[in-house]
Amino acid sequence: MSEKSSRSGSSRRLTADRLFDALLPVLATLIALAFGAILLLFLGVNPLEAYGALFRGAFGTVSGLTQTLAKATPLLLVALGICIAFRAGVINIGGEGQIILGAIAASAVALALPNLPGILLVILALTVGALAGAFWGGIAGVLKARFGVNEILSTVMLNAIALQLMNFLLRGPMLDPEQIAAGTNVPQSATLPLQVWLPRLVPRTLLHAGLILAIVLAILVYIFLWRTTIGYRIRAVGLNPSAARYAGIPVKRYMALAMILSGAFAGLAGAVEVTGIHHRMIEGLTGGYGFTGIVAALFGKLHPLGAIPASIIFGGLLVGADKMQRTVQVPSSLVVAVNGLIVLFVVASDYFVRRRARRRGREVSETETSGPPRPAMDMPQEGGS
Amino acid sequence: MISELLQASVIIGILHSGIRLAAPYLYAALGETVAQRSGVLDLGVDGIMLMGAFSAFYVVYETGNLWLGVAAAIFVGILMGVLMSVISVTYQAEQGISGIGLYMFGLGLSSLLFRVLIGSVEGISGFKELPIPVLSDIPVIGDIFFDHSILVYLAYVMVLVIWFLFEKTTLGLKVRAVGQNPEAADSLGVGVNRVRYFGVIFGAAMAGMAGATLSIDLLNVFQDNITNGLGFIAVALVYFGGWRPLGVLLGSLLFATVSSLQLWGQALDIQLLPSDLMVMLPYVLTIVVLVFSSGRVRQPAALNKPFERSG
Repeated sequence: MSEKSSRSGSSRRLTADRLFDALLPVLATLIALAFGAILLLFLGVNPLEAYGALFRGAFGTVSGLTQTLAKATPLLLVALGICIAFRAGVINIGGEGQIILGAIAASAVALALPNLPGILLVILALTVGALAGAFWGGIAGVLKARFGVNEILSTVMLNAIALQLMNFLLRGPMLDPEQIAAGTNVPQSATLPLQVWLPRLVPRTLLHAGLILAIVLAILVYIFLWRTTIGYRIRAVGLNPSAARYAGIPVKRYMALAMILSGAFAGLAGAVEVTGIHHRMIEGLTGGYGFTGIVAALFGKLHPLGAIPASIIFGGLLVGADKMQRTVQVPSSLVVAVNGLIVLFVVASDYFVRRRARRRGREVSETETSGPPRPAMDMPQEGGS
Repeated sequence: MISELLQASVIIGILHSGIRLAAPYLYAALGETVAQRSGVLDLGVDGIMLMGAFSAFYVVYETGNLWLGVAAAIFVGILMGVLMSVISVTYQAEQGISGIGLYMFGLGLSSLLFRVLIGSVEGISGFKELPIPVLSDIPVIGDIFFDHSILVYLAYVMVLVIWFLFEKTTLGLKVRAVGQNPEAADSLGVGVNRVRYFGVIFGAAMAGMAGATLSIDLLNVFQDNITNGLGFIAVALVYFGGWRPLGVLLGSLLFATVSSLQLWGQALDIQLLPSDLMVMLPYVLTIVVLVFSSGRVRQPAALNKPFERSG
């Protein structure tokens, strides 16, 4: 009897703990913003004014809000890929390069086949973009599986290579013929055919149909990770590689697969950016989404559905940062620094989650199995597994 | 065209700037070697370098005192190292991700400070060449090796210092022990986390030096993201060098010489490949090198594994 009551007590505490765990990223973000405020004070800037301008710019007006959602779109796509990779225990820092590859491939296809009907060309461009990203992520995945090359380092190098490839293409083979004719040589491609432009959800704003696609994909990724065998194996590989190997899962192959899928989502983000926003390949198209997407994924606790609000928040920070720079002249790089702090504090806060999980595991170890005390990323055990 | 590259004066020039350009790689990669041998993968090197580069530049820009600039870079590096060790050692964060956080923090903060405190790209006069008497008079050899600034010489001295640290000192032995078998080290009374704090903070101070070498010696300028990923290559060089100072020296020289070749090719307008593709070369080379070095040398057994006393 006493055992029963203690178990119901521990399950109530479990719910409270989970709520606390889910709020930790919010807490980490507030602390990071506080650090940013102190920094601004030292620089002689009024932090309330700066943050006020930031949040008004991001969420205060209809135009700001639509821009925020437009920026949330590629962030969400990248973050979904990051969820898959990190869940498999592979760290994909290569978002930037994969976005570039996706954008290049989607633009090239749309420019090469200007006579295809709209819907077909859209599907083709987005698919090819995703494939190109998958290829770029796959290089790192295969190098890790086959040769044990650290994927963090290889993806960083692949980012740099993709950037140079883009510089080369936009100054040569892909340079807009009109730019050549006018002699201005602004490094950008020709405008994509009209029928490949994604429809705008609100007229005369940047908000486009890519957002719906991204949200649908978030739900699909959730189903994939928690309701399919492959998804289950990907998570098993990340939670405990040696146990997964013991259970007969080809660990390396699944790590490579996770990297390929992760790259596909980033590539799709690039394709969506060119077809939804810019309507051509331009320099600076990645906008740091490859990195900010990591922040969003961590903020959403590596859960595809958590990534949706997280992407909107961080999309808002990006939009607000530009507004802040224009209205109160505080450089937008403030937000990059704050994002870095958020990453640091969120990964550090996992310490408390793990410690409690371990304590809980000791207390009830006879009746319940504890969470795996893996010193790497914390994997919340919700999600109906 | 290619024959221009083969003239004696050009070859001497390429090798001379190879030796020079290797200095920031050496500082950053040697420091990272110490951090990794202690068991901590610090991926934030590039961010620390950016902060070091800015601090050194700003101090020199305001005071004109070069050594004060170096001290500032080291000090700021140490601060960044403390931040990294609290997060990664005490709070046992996943090191690959915390390093990216530190990188973003350094990237954003150095740009913010630069824009608020300086505002535009300015030049300063940095360290001057200091030819070593007698040795610099040796033809060819003297020109290549003995006509550099003091920070460049010091980078090579550090190779010996780190070698000495690992091979001949108790501290070096402790660093190696906590990176290889922290449980055993702990049972012998070595403070595992304390030694790791030392490894990370020392590495960060060296990364600060690497940044200073860029901003007040090699380039004498600061701008956003001036390192351009150099810190990440430095981390790769640690793998390439098999976690040994002499291996790191070899890798740094190889990379710097390739970069120098590419810069000279650009300057002399020799187009072996389009210049955007030439710029890719060091990164492609890094990947190739990682393929060949992975699995060849065993990494510190406890690298990237936070330590917790069991029980």
